Amino acid sequence: MAKGKSKHKWRANTLPALIMVGPVSFWMLIFIAVPLIYVFVMSFCSLDEYYNVTYKFTLSNYRRLIDIDYLKIYGQSLLIALLTTFFCILVAYPFSYLIARTKSKKKNLLYMLVIIPFWTNSLIRIYGWRTFLGTSGWLNTILHFFHILKEPVDFLFNKGATVLGMVYCLFPFMVLPLYTAIEKLDTSLLEASSDLGARKGATFWEIVLPLTSSGIFSGSIMVFIPTLGYFFVSDILGGGNADLIGNLIERQFQSGNNWPLGAALSIILIVVTLILVKIYQKMGGDMDSLGV
Amino acid sequence: MGKIVEIEGVNKIYGTNHVVKDLNITVEEGEFLTLLGSSGCGKTTTLRMIAGFEEATTGSIKVEGESIENKEPFERNVNTVFQSYALFTHKTIYDNIAYGLKMKKVPKSEIRERVTKMMELVQLEGFEKRYPNQLSGGQKQRVAIARALINKPRVLLLDEPLGALDLKLRKQMQLELKRLQKRLNITFIYVTHDQEEALTMSDRIAVMHEGVMDQIATPAEIYEHPATKFVATFIGETNIFDGCIKEIAGETITIGVENGDIKGKGKGFAENEFITVSVRPEKMNYSTEPVNGFSLTAYVKDYIYVGSIVKCIVVLSNGSEIKIERLAGQELPKAGDQIFLCWKEEDAVLIHNQDQVFFQAVENVELA
Amino acid sequence: MTRASKKRAGKISSVVFCCLVYIFLFLPIAVVVVNSFNATTSKPYLIWKGFTLNWYATLWENTALLESFGNTILLAAMSTLLATIIGTIGAVGMYKYKFRGKSVIDGLLYVPVVIPEIVLGISLLILFANVNIPRGILTLVLAHVTFCIPFVIFNVRARLAGYDNSVEEASMDLGANRIVTFFEITLPVLAPGIGGGALLAFTLSIDDVIISYFVNGQTKTYPLKVMESIKSGVSPDVNALSSLLLVGTIALVLATQSNIFKKGKE
Repeated sequence: MAKGKSKHKWRANTLPALIMVGPVSFWMLIFIAVPLIYVFVMSFCSLDEYYNVTYKFTLSNYRRLIDIDYLKIYGQSLLIALLTTFFCILVAYPFSYLIARTKSKKKNLLYMLVIIPFWTNSLIRIYGWRTFLGTSGWLNTILHFFHILKEPVDFLFNKGATVLGMVYCLFPFMVLPLYTAIEKLDTSLLEASSDLGARKGATFWEIVLPLTSSGIFSGSIMVFIPTLGYFFVSDILGGGNADLIGNLIERQFQSGNNWPLGAALSIILIVVTLILVKIYQKMGGDMDSLGV
Repeated sequence: MGKIVEIEGVNKIYGTNHVVKDLNITVEEGEFLTLLGSSGCGKTTTLRMIAGFEEATTGSIKVEGESIENKEPFERNVNTVFQSYALFTHKTIYDNIAYGLKMKKVPKSEIRERVTKMMELVQLEGFEKRYPNQLSGGQKQRVAIARALINKPRVLLLDEPLGALDLKLRKQMQLELKRLQKRLNITFIYVTHDQEEALTMSDRIAVMHEGVMDQIATPAEIYEHPATKFVATFIGETNIFDGCIKEIAGETITIGVENGDIKGKGKGFAENEFITVSVRPEKMNYSTEPVNGFSLTAYVKDYIYVGSIVKCIVVLSNGSEIKIERLAGQELPKAGDQIFLCWKEEDAVLIHNQDQVFFQAVENVELA
Repeated sequence: MTRASKKRAGKISSVVFCCLVYIFLFLPIAVVVVNSFNATTSKPYLIWKGFTLNWYATLWENTALLESFGNTILLAAMSTLLATIIGTIGAVGMYKYKFRGKSVIDGLLYVPVVIPEIVLGISLLILFANVNIPRGILTLVLAHVTFCIPFVIFNVRARLAGYDNSVEEASMDLGANRIVTFFEITLPVLAPGIGGGALLAFTLSIDDVIISYFVNGQTKTYPLKVMESIKSGVSPDVNALSSLLLVGTIALVLATQSNIFKKGKE
């Protein structure tokens, strides 16, 4: 009797569970967990005289990480990431507020129009910016035509252009959580605040901002972290004058051919990500509101 | 007593929807005025116009003699208790109640004093550090009231504040609110669809129907002398007869209705005018013998026992049901009896009939 | 100023602001599309030399470009299919069953969402190198499925949130076994979530640059081909194909997301 019972338990519970959860568990372990372990291990490896990776333990990669040039690049990455996040919030907040609270019948359309560019190829859109901002590009041509500029100005190949490109790519990631948070705002709370004597500014500071702060946090995480790794934006628009950690890593795996160093650099990114996510969770952030 | 709120010729139109039609109300200082009506009649819109969340399409609204059209809600000396309470979920009870004072930049020590007193007044001592989501419905309601009253507004606007409470709590709160209003001597403008609530609490009731104010009067006046058919049927129960005036002899008026003739008393009517007659069930009388001037016959259909009251349903020859209401123990027609309906002439309320209802005289119909 | 005129002024400035933002978002797309009609013949192909439809014609002769596009579509299709299957049954399984290590798997699901793509890319590269899998279409599929699965799972999970599983019990009560119940009952209810997740996965795969960059070997996907062209000055037929793709995607999204034309919520 007992044998039959446990066989039934197997068929009813364990087997279906295995079939359903097995593939995803297997996949995540093999293709996420294991590679990350490899990265960790690789960061302690060294190169032999033929520039091949050898399993000889060394801390030299980590020592390279605190090279002065590298430190400059970390600073630059941090600056660009902060600026990007700042400008995203600055533009996305009022924009999301207006779209989320509009009484227009086209509300859904307005929302989709923000998401649509995100579904097209980001590379080609960044290239569009290059065309627009280049010395023989549209902006210069137009400004020259209206006699605002005599000589073409190089809008490209600096940190500003890189920030612009990043803001452009990551804008929807800030809009999405903000939109969700703002939509949930109860209008009667705003009316009550006004009823009790608060002007528009006070209502915003006392009521709107605190109740939408979760959206700001989610959005900031979703913008700040990717910025550190988006090497193609800084390549195309920054032209080597706005190198990020991402660019450093990319180089080690392509031309630089120094995989252990690249792995060590990646560890920095992983650590930064983990810290930020932990802070986010500590501040009450909801993990499910990350991601699209 | 002065006029504290003056609404003159106010209309509110949303697109093609005429929600408030030519409204004129003068609210007396210190009174408890209720705007009563069913959903969509315009009562909440009117309240929101006084508060400042809607703007009148035409007409003017004055508070304390000053026009408030161009004033934002935070510039007006009125406060609102919202239907959903609208408590700030991220702030403590203390901060919720202190909010209005904080906006007026009242010094912290004075805030503390006033908030403490107010919390005592609404019996919420000890709740200072709690958050709204930790409170029951009744407690949240009291926080909403405290938060509004602490600002010493000249007028308090209440938008169906008791709707979410269960029956027993609601009855309790009705008395508490009335007591509070009398004690603080603040003008209350109260919105509800519950006619019993309106009758219990108000000094005056303004009955609204499809954007129009049908009548504004004391509860007794509204009940005893409804001005329109809507008011008559909305407040309490009544029996309605539509008919045409046949004869006027002094103040006594004979009216021909579908099932026969009836009598009533009134001034300002003309012969052949279409008219509506309302007789409350408790005033409805009957006789086993024919009565002079009344030719309505009916037979008894059913009895409904409602605790201390018994309602007897009788049916006319055209099938309409009439209610006769008596206290339990008093005499009522016997089952199966045929009776003649009658009443004291002054107990019938005569209302000009705007609808011009036509009817057919029914004669010689066999009764069951 | 009256309240009404203040309101109007506020409304006008809001509309202007939003328009500026939309212009910002669609500007580079407009630039690319306009440039695809540019009759320029010399690098860097930026100066406007007149209108032409030439590039839309020559584009079909650029076999390398077309091949890369074909690769991308194939890759996206296979990845989406795999990710949707694994993700759907995974989401349902994780919803119903508790097992040891569930929180670990759950945590791992967030990794591709939160971590910079470059880390995912190089970690997979190192894995493939160490296990000696030659980089090519296979590694691309494996990589794409990896970052697609979490998005499918989150979408399906959202759908599971309000799910009442007594319908499944009713199904089994009426004689259907678990597999039949899954296909007849569970799947149809979850369909919108699965559809949303699949659509998202497909889009992510088509647009993927960073991860593909590291694991592609010699196989060129369309975004990588574009990246290559950018370094040498984007040739106009790349512009033309990109314009077709941009406009096509926008039209497709507008067409399928028909609910955007319904009234906005109150």
